[in-house]
Parts: sequence; C-alpha cells; structure tokens
Amino acid sequence: MLGQFDFNVIERSFGYLFKEGMTFTLTLTALAVTGGVIFGTLLAMMRLSSFKVLAAIAGAYVNLMRSVPLVLVIFWFYFLVPYIGAWIVRSPQPIQVGAFYSSVITFTLFEAAYYCEIMRAGIQSVSRGQMSAGFALGLNYWQTMGKIVLPQAFRNMLPILLTQSIILFQDTSLVYVLSITDFLGAASKVAQRDGRLVEMYIFAALVYFVICFAGSLLVKQLQRKIAIVR
Amino acid sequence: MNYNWNWRIFWQLSPDGQGTYFHSLIVGLGWTLATALAAWVMALVLGSVLGVLRTTPSKWAVRLGNAYVELFRNIPLLVQMFLWYFVLPELLPRGLGTWIKQMPPPWGAYIPAVLCLGFFTAARVAEQVKAGIQSLPRGQGMAGTALGLTLPQTYRYVLLPMAFRIVLPPLTSEFMNVIKNSSVALTIGLVELTAAARSMQEFSFQVFEAFTAATTIYILVNVIVVFGMRVLERRVAVPGFIGPQVQIPAGH
Repeated sequence: MLGQFDFNVIERSFGYLFKEGMTFTLTLTALAVTGGVIFGTLLAMMRLSSFKVLAAIAGAYVNLMRSVPLVLVIFWFYFLVPYIGAWIVRSPQPIQVGAFYSSVITFTLFEAAYYCEIMRAGIQSVSRGQMSAGFALGLNYWQTMGKIVLPQAFRNMLPILLTQSIILFQDTSLVYVLSITDFLGAASKVAQRDGRLVEMYIFAALVYFVICFAGSLLVKQLQRKIAIVR
Repeated sequence: MNYNWNWRIFWQLSPDGQGTYFHSLIVGLGWTLATALAAWVMALVLGSVLGVLRTTPSKWAVRLGNAYVELFRNIPLLVQMFLWYFVLPELLPRGLGTWIKQMPPPWGAYIPAVLCLGFFTAARVAEQVKAGIQSLPRGQGMAGTALGLTLPQTYRYVLLPMAFRIVLPPLTSEFMNVIKNSSVALTIGLVELTAAARSMQEFSFQVFEAFTAATTIYILVNVIVVFGMRVLERRVAVPGFIGPQVQIPAGH
C-alpha cells in the first residue's frame, strides 16, 4: 500500500518547510506567548481588582474571547487591525499591516484571555495574608504584586502556562486560513504543488507530534521538580 | 475611519440563491450545531470508555488509554482534519476510498469533520473523566470491592455516578470547545457558521457586519449552553455533597 508513496518529496522540500515554515511558526509562537502572558497577567490583575469597572471590563473581554472560535477571531483581526492602525496613526486609509503582524496581534490578544484565567487561578493560589503582609511592610500594590505575589503565582502555574503554550503552538497552524506560509501552510503548498497530500500531511502530523509530545514530557518532568510540598 | 456600515445587508439576497444573507448564516449555524452535537455524542462515549480504561488496575488498558490521549492531544486539530479528509481515503482500499471521495457535497466534508472532532474531543473528555474518577477518595473503590461488587459493578454503581457529577463543569467547557472547534471544518469546505460569515463577507464586502453577526450567534449559543448545563447540574446534584474541585487544565 505504502509502496506507491513518494516520501522523497519531504527531502526535496525540507529547507522550505523548516527554514520558512517552521521559523514562522516558532517566531509567532514565541512572540504570542510572551505578549499573551504579559497581557494575560495584567488582565488577571484587572479581574481581581477591587475597582469594579476594571474587573467588569477584563471579565467581559475574557468571556468574549473565550466564547468565539479562534478561526473567527483570526478573520476579525485580519480585517480589523488595518482600521485600528489607521485610527491610531490618524490615517484616512486603512494601513497595511501584513499577515505576520496581524497574526501576532491576533494570537497575543486571543491567548491572553486563556493566560488570564490561568494567572487568575495562580494569583488566587497565593494566600491573601501575603498581600496584606506586603501592604503592612509599606510596599505599594505594584511592589507587592511584583515582588511577592506574582513570582509565586508564576511558579505555581508554570506547568499549566507551558501546556497552554504548547496548545498555542498547535493553534498557530490555523493561520492556514489566511494562506500564510507557516509550517503547515508550507507543507500544504508543497503537497498541492506536487500532488503529494498523503506524504506531506502525515509528515506534518509527525513533526507536530514529536515537538508537542517532547514538550509535554518536559512539562511533566518540570512539574515533578518544582512542585511545592505543602 | 471610513467604513460604510450597512446593517440592512442581512435582508438582501445572497448569491447562493437560497435566500437572504441572514438565512445563510442560520443554515451555517445549523451545520455548526449538527457537527458539534454528533461529534460530542461520539466524544462522550469514546472519552468515557478511555477515561475509565486509564483508571483500571490493568496495565495494558492504562497504556492504551494514555497512548490514545497523547496521540490525539499532540497533533493540531487542523492537521487532524486534513488527515481525515485528504489522507484517510487514500489509505483505505481503492473502492472504499473512491466512494468516500465521491460523497455528495455537504456529507463529503461533514462526515470527516464529525469523525475528526469526535476523536479529538474524546481525548480531552478522557482526561476529564480520569481526573474525575481519581478525585474520588480511594476508599470508595475499595468499599465497592469489600461489598463484593465486581470491577465493572464498582464503576457502574459507585465511581462513575459521582465522577460524572464532578466533571460536569469541565465537560460543559469541552462541549463549548466542540462547538467552537467545529469552525476548523471550514478548511475542508464545510459551510458552518464561520464559513457562512466568511462567504457573506466575500460576496457583500460588509466585513464587520458579517463577523459581528457570527460573533453574536456564537455568544448566544454559549449563553444557552452554560445556562442549560447549570440547570442540569442543579438537577443531578446530590444533596449535601460538595464535590472536590477538578482543576481546570489548559485548553482552548
């Protein structure tokens, strides 16, 4: 059965797949994880804030993002970002943003909602007394958060944050709907050019599997290592 | 910003000749729900079986369950969609493969989409069911054995009734995930809600109206599901029992 397949196509397109495709996927993942964690943590602090308005805004944002499929969000931002950009720089025409920045913005804003929920659980896992102790020592809100609460929250949530990042890495394949050449996009372009769908898609699945499986094994190991004995 | 808003676009005829744009969005919603529900039934059955397997004393059953979950969790949904749609018919015997490829339009994409989402979500349901069973005190299983129940009886009468109640909230979010993930099926040509909005945008150039409508519909569906599940949760709650909280894992 497999005899009629031409696995040579993978060798021929190896450079294109990894130099162009995988580089895009990994860069997008790295930027979106960084941006998402930062923005998500800010959102979590807003959600837990005693200013009701801030909490409500952050809550509405998170719930909105979590109830809409990522594909739709990708489309939204692809068309919306040029208009927002035009509004920011006060240009009369929608500005050109490009597929890469559009997807970085999309993934940062979308995944921030998920990181927010993780960080909220993380902040809540640190006992309230620590916050009060910080204030009692004369630290202000940002000092208490930055020096006492957040480091512990990150430590407690590190495994889940990393797991979410692996999911983000998988999710970046959805930029396919904008015909961007990420890893899957590159594989799909080669597949359609050479009529080698079976080989390319199986290979793509294998590569994603190896990366994500290795990642999840590392997370498990880390979890065992850093678990705080309570 | 100069964008021409035209909210009346929904009542204009769409070029597919079936009716208004609003009508095609509703048809899209129908396909979203049909895909999600069929996949959910599949995922619930398969996921429960796998989740139970992963908590049994049998080493091989645990390994099988774990292997399944790792396989389906570590490949992106979109790649799995392509595997079901493009690759599977090629790997099957020629006659069967051709038959699958020649299925009439909605079914040719619908069936692979349901299979893909079903198997994908089953892995996630299996995780939840396993977590639910393991969150029960170990004594419960032992008590079942002490009473002379066989292993299947212990699961049926002691462990599962409680475990399913505990995992109801995470299962609710998995159900919403299936609804959202069904939008990935647009890549294999299933015209569900997101695809309907996308084609409306392409034909009418009213980008933001189309996406606003789709977003609103998704939010409404979400609210209905959350509300319905809350009613179900209250209905099946065991009086006086506050279950251990199952930690919310990462997801999307």
